[in-house]
Amino acid sequence: MTTLLEVRNVNKRFTMGGLLGRRVINAVQDANLTLSSDKPEIFTIIGESGSGKTTLARMILGLELPTSGEISFAGKTVSHRVGRQERLDFMAKVQPVFQNPFEAFNPLKRVDRYLESTARRFLRLKSRDDLDGAMDGALQKVGLSLAEVRGRYPHEMSGGQLQRAAIARALIPNPPLLVADEPVSMVDASLRMSIVNLLKSLRDDLGVSVIYITHDLATAYYISNRLIIMQRGRIVEMGDARTVLDNPEHPYSRLLKASVLSTEDAGAGKLATDPEMVELANELVKRPGRLVDRPDGRMVMSYDRA
Amino acid sequence: MSQTTKQDILRVNDLKAYYQMNYFGVNREVRAVDGITMTVRKGEVYGIAGESSSGKTSFIKVLAAAIRPPLRVVSGTVEFDFKSGKIDVAHASPSEVERVRWRDLSYIMQGSMSVLNPVRKIGKTFRDFAFRPLGLSNEAFEARVIEHLRRLKLPPEVLNAFPHELSGGMRQRVTIGLATVCHPEFVIADEPTTALDVVVQKEVLGLIREIQQDMNSSVVFVTHDMSVHANMADRVGIIYAGRLVEEGPTREMFFAPKHPYTAHLVASLPRIGDTTQRPALEGRPPNLADPPQGCRFHPRCPLAVDKCRKDVPPLEQVGPDHRTACWRWQDVKPLVSPHVAHGVMA
Amino acid sequence: MFAVFRDLIRYNIEFAIGLILVGAVVIFACLSFFSPVDPSLIYMTIPDQPPSAQYWFGTNSRGQDMFWQLSAAMRNSLTFGLTVAVLSRIISIAVGLTAGYVGGWVDRVLMFINDIFVAIPIFPVLVLFYFVLRNNMDSLTLALIMACFGWPFDARLIRSVALGLKHREFTRHAVFAGMSTRKVLLEEHLPYVMPIVFATFMNNMLWSIGLEVTLAVLGFTNINNPTIGTSLYWANSHSAMVVGVWWWIAIPVAMIVITFIGLFLLAMSMNEYIDPRSRLRRMGA
Repeated sequence: MTTLLEVRNVNKRFTMGGLLGRRVINAVQDANLTLSSDKPEIFTIIGESGSGKTTLARMILGLELPTSGEISFAGKTVSHRVGRQERLDFMAKVQPVFQNPFEAFNPLKRVDRYLESTARRFLRLKSRDDLDGAMDGALQKVGLSLAEVRGRYPHEMSGGQLQRAAIARALIPNPPLLVADEPVSMVDASLRMSIVNLLKSLRDDLGVSVIYITHDLATAYYISNRLIIMQRGRIVEMGDARTVLDNPEHPYSRLLKASVLSTEDAGAGKLATDPEMVELANELVKRPGRLVDRPDGRMVMSYDRA
Repeated sequence: MSQTTKQDILRVNDLKAYYQMNYFGVNREVRAVDGITMTVRKGEVYGIAGESSSGKTSFIKVLAAAIRPPLRVVSGTVEFDFKSGKIDVAHASPSEVERVRWRDLSYIMQGSMSVLNPVRKIGKTFRDFAFRPLGLSNEAFEARVIEHLRRLKLPPEVLNAFPHELSGGMRQRVTIGLATVCHPEFVIADEPTTALDVVVQKEVLGLIREIQQDMNSSVVFVTHDMSVHANMADRVGIIYAGRLVEEGPTREMFFAPKHPYTAHLVASLPRIGDTTQRPALEGRPPNLADPPQGCRFHPRCPLAVDKCRKDVPPLEQVGPDHRTACWRWQDVKPLVSPHVAHGVMA
Repeated sequence: MFAVFRDLIRYNIEFAIGLILVGAVVIFACLSFFSPVDPSLIYMTIPDQPPSAQYWFGTNSRGQDMFWQLSAAMRNSLTFGLTVAVLSRIISIAVGLTAGYVGGWVDRVLMFINDIFVAIPIFPVLVLFYFVLRNNMDSLTLALIMACFGWPFDARLIRSVALGLKHREFTRHAVFAGMSTRKVLLEEHLPYVMPIVFATFMNNMLWSIGLEVTLAVLGFTNINNPTIGTSLYWANSHSAMVVGVWWWIAIPVAMIVITFIGLFLLAMSMNEYIDPRSRLRRMGA
């Protein structure tokens, strides 16, 4: 097994505030995960706001450095404090997918300039024909064509087309890994599935691994192979997506699942949350614990007796 | 579930509201609300769903009597039947609107931070909004607010806090408190939980539902998230390209939709425990400055026939309380088989 | 570009008025290129003549035809104002965008320098420069010095916009599309700060021309170089108001007021046009 991405004992602390009242926030605590390059997969990071999922994603993209621990991609440590060429080489292999397709493109600029810049920088293409070929090839992969995109401004395209174009842009250098930070949280329901299905087909048809960051358990169940659930910076449960979500073990995972609004009894207005579940999950935040293996292959945080 | 006997509190009759703009010689007319007719009954939660730029936000602006240029009401009426009297907010004068605002008609906004002044304590904000409409003495007002906060499971200490000292969920509860402290008969909730985490979202939704039932007020609840409607609304109306395309009891909308667009919205909701391939709706919502002829959904509709391209389908009754605007509503089938088969209403 | 002007004139009355006022002033200033007299020479005509058919703006006590004198003065003042505004805009854009986007220690260093320039009182410094340079103090030198002082407030303003743009997703998108920092700043962010640049451009011209007038009236510039300021200096030193040569003061003042109003109207209407939000709406978004 060759390792694509390895996150080893990663911690990230932010210090908030100035000279007075300095406060330390542990955004990510002791995170460990490995993605192999042999089998492409969708690896989901589930968490609420403040769970550290976005910080973890930013560290994987090299936008942030871990306070301790190491993130390595294909054997090389990930960092933005490297030479421009080395940074470009890394960017060619790990590309982000953005949250809001309407925000991902400068509204005053044409959409194709992002694609062209990518082809120029990462593939080092110069001639018009080569550039067009690379752009069109990537757009075809997501069900668009250069003819549809060329010369258009973002407002002339639909949200679905924009998100596709953004993903096509990311695919130009043929990266083995995409990092998608909440790619569907800001989009309409009708668009959501087209993006989620696209991520799925990237894995199945193009062999691209995707780190999918979300707070939505339902889409996570729908597309992911493995997942981790993060609570206040700590991974509390990790394992096969179906195993974990069908039958979550950690109290916080259970609470998250119970909070998913189901449509099964639509119209019945069932909205009660069990306050004991909330309390139990909140209480565990403060307690020290460590991940232990379970027989079904997942890992769950277990706590020392208080 | 039958509410046909209940009285209407809001009647919207053929409402048309357009954005009329002129930018350096470019005249544009965006038909954001184009002929919506609907009613909301006393004591019900009416869910409004629609994509961004479907016109739902403009529709809500008119309902909330927040009509500012370039948005203009072109025709139609929006009549509220409050205990204090009837008012057509689409044509009422600012002073008439001022009379009902907050006391009879209030709103819960999306971002709590935009309602709560960051440098003003919560108690002061309560005073700003509710003191005049309530018309109570200082002590009675204070008691009323504290009592109301208790109902929202908020301690009285929040009155002395600044908004940033509270968590997101607490802030949203405070804005719900602000909107409901006067016991209004009608509350407009515009995506009040979109920015919240799942656990908090469920809690806040439950709270809105609880307080609505307590006060027996009517709520128009706007969100694009169908799973929220499933758990909140008594009836759901779907807006597409400035028009109401389907309206019916929540359960029927989910299990026996009569408009292809609704069928798609419902089918596109993934579920835990189910990995069957979900269809996605291709295409984009039409440009409201230049909407397509006939049924506005026809370019994206799998059932479209020639008639749909030419003639506008009327919103017609297809069952008790159930109206749809589709020429082929009899052919609309749920796209994903309902999970709980015995739950389907015949 | 032509269509833009046509639309602006047709649909924006402020722009039309501003264009007429500034146009008139610019044409008047340009007439100095065809001046029959050298504006630096004195006693070329009969002094103290009121405005008449022969001397439209009258003549001053130094025997100069005020029409040609002011034409040259206007040209010099406008050129001066433009030079200061353009140079200081370049500095403020460069500093503001860089500080906002790059952040970190670069931001802290740039803003430290920025604050020093905010804190230094400009007037005494300019007087000091005059005493040091004396006759070497020409218009261009003064413009350069003032440009060095004219940028910090606007750089802060631009920085605040850039700070917001830095966290927009399209910025990160541009970075991951391999665009260099320079490209991100000039192509992605610059259009968003153009409204500020335009608005402050006008303010800056107003400030620099006004300060030049102040210095000139007090005699702290090269008084032989005709500008609106030096015209007023000479009028004052000849006690123009006392001896009743009112046109020597009233006409230059009226002219500077017209210039300012015209520039203000232009800046305001162009601002609306160039604003990204209005631009997007015109594009049909």
